[in-house]
Amino acid sequence: MIAREEHANRKHEKPIMDAHEVARALTRIAHEILERNKGIRGTALVGIRTGGVHLAHRLAKRIQEIEQGSVPIGELDITLYRDDLALRKDQPVLRKTSVPFDITDLKIVLVDDVLFTGRTIRAAMDGLIDLGRPAEIQLAVLVDRGHRQLPIKATYIGKNIPTSQDENIHVFLEEEGEEDRVVIINGGAP
Amino acid sequence: MTILIRGGHVIDPGRVNGPADVLIENGKIVQVGQNLAAPSRSQTAAARTIDATGKLVLPGFVDLHVHLREPGFEYKETIQTGTASAAAGGFTSVCCMPNTNPVNDNQSVTEFILDQARAAGNAHVFPVGAITKGSEGKELAEIGDLRRAGCVAISDDGQPVMNSLVMRRAMEYALAFDLPVIDHCEDLHLSEGGCMNEGLVSTQLGLQGIPAAAEDVMVARNLSLAELTGARLHLAHVSTAGSVRMVREAKARGIRVTAEACPHHFSLTEEAVRDFNTLAKMNPPLRTWQDVQAIKEGLRDGTIDAIATDHAPHAQQEKQLEFAHAPNGIVGLETALPLTLALVEEGVLSLEAAVAKLTTDPAKAFSLSKGTLAPGADADVAVVDAQRQWEVDPSRFRSKSKNTPFAGWKVKGLVTATILAGKVVYESA
Amino acid sequence: MSLKRKDLTGIASLSPDEIMLILETADSFKEVTGREIKKVPALRGKTVVNFFFEPSTRTRTSFELAAKRLSADVINFSPSSSSVVKGETLLDTARNIEAMQADIIVLRHPAAGAAETLARGVKSSVINAGDGWHEHPTQALLDLYTLREKGLAFKGLRVAIVGDIAHSRVARSNIFALTKLGAEIRAVGPPTMIPACLDKLGVRVYHRMDEALRGVDVIMMLRLQLERQGRALFPTIREYARLYGLTAERLKLAEPGALVMHPGPINRGVEIAPEVADSFSSVILDQVTNGVAVRMGVLYLLSGAN
Repeated sequence: MIAREEHANRKHEKPIMDAHEVARALTRIAHEILERNKGIRGTALVGIRTGGVHLAHRLAKRIQEIEQGSVPIGELDITLYRDDLALRKDQPVLRKTSVPFDITDLKIVLVDDVLFTGRTIRAAMDGLIDLGRPAEIQLAVLVDRGHRQLPIKATYIGKNIPTSQDENIHVFLEEEGEEDRVVIINGGAP
Repeated sequence: MTILIRGGHVIDPGRVNGPADVLIENGKIVQVGQNLAAPSRSQTAAARTIDATGKLVLPGFVDLHVHLREPGFEYKETIQTGTASAAAGGFTSVCCMPNTNPVNDNQSVTEFILDQARAAGNAHVFPVGAITKGSEGKELAEIGDLRRAGCVAISDDGQPVMNSLVMRRAMEYALAFDLPVIDHCEDLHLSEGGCMNEGLVSTQLGLQGIPAAAEDVMVARNLSLAELTGARLHLAHVSTAGSVRMVREAKARGIRVTAEACPHHFSLTEEAVRDFNTLAKMNPPLRTWQDVQAIKEGLRDGTIDAIATDHAPHAQQEKQLEFAHAPNGIVGLETALPLTLALVEEGVLSLEAAVAKLTTDPAKAFSLSKGTLAPGADADVAVVDAQRQWEVDPSRFRSKSKNTPFAGWKVKGLVTATILAGKVVYESA
Repeated sequence: MSLKRKDLTGIASLSPDEIMLILETADSFKEVTGREIKKVPALRGKTVVNFFFEPSTRTRTSFELAAKRLSADVINFSPSSSSVVKGETLLDTARNIEAMQADIIVLRHPAAGAAETLARGVKSSVINAGDGWHEHPTQALLDLYTLREKGLAFKGLRVAIVGDIAHSRVARSNIFALTKLGAEIRAVGPPTMIPACLDKLGVRVYHRMDEALRGVDVIMMLRLQLERQGRALFPTIREYARLYGLTAERLKLAEPGALVMHPGPINRGVEIAPEVADSFSSVILDQVTNGVAVRMGVLYLLSGAN
């Protein structure tokens, strides 16, 4: 819903990253993941729906190209763990969580497109822990825009983008029929 | 007390239909004619002129079927409140059913009702006595005594007589007093457990239906018994196309039968029940569009003699029960006029015929000397503004109960004054 | 889209899109019920009252489990059905429940329309868990979910519903749901068990079992209320079983691989032969499992702040 409204206001977009920059950032993060975890053994990627899932698949592809081995990928819908459910009038549509492997004792890299308040990541960690007891949880994001409301920090960051509260960051991805790019959208009245 | 009703359009069915004044003295109609002289204060101590310009001046209405609930169910209605409701609806004569507690199956209950009615002074009340003791359908009540005490007909309304032999004997016995025998036609085996019309809506709602046949088989039985005995049969609240057809045929063959229909049965269909609305729960139930058309046709061609309300007050908490458990019936006295006038608007009845269904025809069915403006008759008059639109607001009903499915309806035709035996008993604000 | 309604009182008022939303939501909960830890915090702090005026261990347990797996607090409240007869109004009942600060009321009641009446009288969300012969929406939804899970498409699906349609809320809710989604429904039973005007609901009525089963994809058997024997609807159980019981032989008349459903509890050897109930065709136990996921979905969708 939010994506669609922002779409309509395309004229207030300010480009932050283009397709090349997105690709380079992901390649770098893939290398960093391998470096930090000394390979891919015992590591799995879990994307947060929806943008994070696409990014997790791209990271997995890069990791496989580099290491010639496959990395398990899960898809996590954090809706049921949101901290604002009780306050909402109409409940958001659920998308299925699919983590087709046992996460216990694995190093899990959570993947999301934008890190903002940290509440989504808090919910994601709760959701993950309901599935098992991972050895470690790391966090990879394409964009960190600041304004944290919880003590959460990303392990891997594509790009730090300072924003003001009333701005929105939107990540457009090929998988959703868009040209890869990151834009900043002015939240003020047009 | 002298009253002159001046400048109105008088309809006294079969006698007068045109501009006329009505002069009332000492509780009686003295004269109906044009340009009558106003009563002068010097002539009589109390005199009054009612300006009826642009209004209809009609005989007070006669309702063959009301439940006044007293004795026994005073929390629903009393004779005082029920007759006040009648007056507000333009009714000056009401026939009250015997399903009170105790049942009106003996002289003392009849006398009690008449005493209460006299004390209230809002309407003429004509009690209907029970056919059988306690309306249990077994032994005949003392019909002769009931007649002498003032009952004008007999009925086991609400507890229809299932035993055909008992019904035969009741009809035969009532002949001796020329009393009409009323039946609420319902085969209790066919209707058992039912709470609405059996049809598409009952199937969708999962409510047990009452088939039209539950009424039709008893209408057929009663017509056969009336033919056998020669008794005066009156069919209460006819609701099905089958009933209308059989009554039409029976009348053509000379059987002594009269019939009434209720405003809700020609204004609403089973669709009104759709959201489990207990205010649309009644017995007989609201039927289909085809049945409604048949009733209108019956009214038009005279098969159905009278419009009666089946005024059935129930307390709010009773109608708040689950649909299957809620009691049947609606309050009808204060909405009958506009719903009847709607038939005129629709072209079903002429204005005079509509008035006759509320006055002369019901009076004739029960041999009541009411429902007329003939000189010498009791001065029972309804003054009606036929063009006046209003919204039905149950909170303004005179009736103690407010159970109506017509709340919020925008209707046309308002009673502006009701006169009972020369006394103004109701005037609209 | 989201479910923009306070209550779920019946299938009749749902749009096809709303039905599909509920089924898709249930998918997520089916995944949750397959986990080691079968619990999510979505309804933390909410109170669900199971208000059952009729005994029903299955449906109540299913709702209770669903609510608990969503982290809601659950109260089971089973007034005697005599209080219905005594004439305590639903409004009184409603006031009692409001006083318990219930967010969601799950109502099972012997009177048709009770859920709608209650829903009009309270601010809480109301879920109909069966009202008289009227509706049992979550049963129909779990039946649909099970069909969909087995890979069947609703459009053009041929479904036979066999038994006492007239007195079955399960049949009604399924008829409403399946016709909305484009399925072809055959109602099968003796004329005493077929309600008036059923054909006007887009259902084809059959009185002969063999004729009705020919070529169907799904057979929904209804539970026979044994107490209706004799006086009312059928002469004897023996004769009913012979005419309308689902045997292995009869099952062969249906499409190969046709599914057999039953809302439970089964009268084995009456409406359904034991070998059929236990056969590969039977999805009766899947129905039970899916019941929890579907009810979690419904509870979740109605749990928004009122």
